[in-house]
Amino acid sequence: MFALRPDRFRPASAAGGAGQRRGTPDARTGPTATVEVFVDGIPVRVPEGASAAAAVLLAGSPLIRETPVTGAPRLPYCLMGVCFDCLAEIDGIANRQACMVPAVPGMRIAPQRGARVAFRS
Amino acid sequence: MSCDLAIIGAGPAGMAAAVEAVDLGLSVAVIDENPAPGGQIFRGLEGAAGDAALGADYAAGLPLLRAFRALRIGYRPATTLWHLEPEEGVLSLLAAGTTSELTAGRVLLATGAQERPVPIPGWTLPGVMTAGAAQILLKTAGAVPKGRTVLAGQGPLLWLLAAQLARAGAPPALILETRPKGRLAEALRAGGLLAGAPLLAKGLALLAKTRRIPRLRAVTGLHAEGTGHVRRVLWDGGATECDTLLLHEGVVPATHIPLALGLEHDWDEAQRCWRPRVDAYGASSHPRVAVAGDGAGIGGWQAAVAAGRLAALDAARRVGRLTEAGFARRAGPLLATRRAALALRPFLDALYAPPGWVLAPPEDATLVCRCEEVTAGQVRAAARLGATGPNQLKAYCRAGMGPCQGRMCGATVAALIAEARGTTPEAVGTLRPRAPYKPLTVAELARTG
Ligand code: FES
Repeated sequence: MFALRPDRFRPASAAGGAGQRRGTPDARTGPTATVEVFVDGIPVRVPEGASAAAAVLLAGSPLIRETPVTGAPRLPYCLMGVCFDCLAEIDGIANRQACMVPAVPGMRIAPQRGARVAFRS
Repeated sequence: MSCDLAIIGAGPAGMAAAVEAVDLGLSVAVIDENPAPGGQIFRGLEGAAGDAALGADYAAGLPLLRAFRALRIGYRPATTLWHLEPEEGVLSLLAAGTTSELTAGRVLLATGAQERPVPIPGWTLPGVMTAGAAQILLKTAGAVPKGRTVLAGQGPLLWLLAAQLARAGAPPALILETRPKGRLAEALRAGGLLAGAPLLAKGLALLAKTRRIPRLRAVTGLHAEGTGHVRRVLWDGGATECDTLLLHEGVVPATHIPLALGLEHDWDEAQRCWRPRVDAYGASSHPRVAVAGDGAGIGGWQAAVAAGRLAALDAARRVGRLTEAGFARRAGPLLATRRAALALRPFLDALYAPPGWVLAPPEDATLVCRCEEVTAGQVRAAARLGATGPNQLKAYCRAGMGPCQGRMCGATVAALIAEARGTTPEAVGTLRPRAPYKPLTVAELARTG
């Protein structure tokens, strides 16, 4: 499970609606803008520039996909495009490498479940 | 679209090559999978340079990054190279669901490194990740692991991450160091300490910063346990609870594209990995293709910057933009810079050589292919039945045939086959990946920009 650093981002209760929000800029900690995405239908605010895979981790989801062979749960492992353990359905398209897809406002990320899905959209 | 030099990857080597090539009057295109330049080491730097938790060495990448951003070139972020036809220099790209082509006189692969796989029992459990993954979350998402974090493995990145997490207010509860006893003596014999003194001093300062974090040395028999999520990490003689387990056993060149192109590779015994065969200026066995940076052998970002610039000089010389004399004048100092940056390598390679149980997991039940869930035992059995290498293995099981195309399991599979057949990973050889280098959909193929 991952959490936003409290020294960089305000608690979620201060967050507004959808779209972008900018917190107090702080020269020591970099930008604090966040965007709202939906992980399995649940809204979560993630920093601008973070990936869809990071959003799943920040949402505290138990899995991002189930393996096609045994149905075992997985979460992202490498976050740098190597392991393909972050394959998820993003905005309705299956098999997207979530760690390579930047989170944008309103994005819908759903874990990929069950039997093998061929590589098609 | 066509250009003199197409650079794949916008990390230190790629950015430096672009800056140098533009200075020499070449037309340049830079293709990078990530949404912003920096590669892995300077990932998210434009947003997080001021973050004190990440440290001064991270911010040291800013001048190069700014010089790169100031270039008027065809920079294509968030773009994947999925096929390269080297005879004609045709690159097939994918961006935002649309494919396109680019023709280049010369192609420089600056695709960097990946973390070495750490196939221990339980490494596929949610909550087990690489140290690099946690660092990416810190850099690009300002996020830290919640609860009790254990770091296991060895190498400079492990210590750097421990220091960064501590400064970010989330120090690891425990570090399990897997460096076997006696490695320090071997490393001291490897030498390079005098020439590498400045780098060594930095490393020692880093170790000092993490000295308050509890640690165990020479740990063996590492495994992760839990139902649905990691709950415990165990080792020979001990165990502890954890919510996140971060593994790291160093980095290796990302050889996926060089291997798919059929470039000549050499086995690097010191770094226990394959590396594309290149000359001092990055020229590979294919006359149109060069490789620079960690993708041609692990050397760190300063060596990568010098290598990128050297490859750009070579590209300019080949098209007559630089005379032999001009080339020699510019190359000399860069070769010296790279030598200095690599001085500590023999020491580091010997100190952090991965233990045998990381390279070839001893327990048969351990998964080695994460995609297709193939175990070490299945690979061993296939090797005994006659699979002589990772490509032949595909006749027996699906290891290397999942979406990662063997990026993760390739090295482990080769080590297991070598062990079962009483030979070396060098003799066993590598997987030969094929295009598309990353899966793409029929719809994407049909949509051409
Ligand atoms: S987490 Fe490894 S490829 Fe995305």
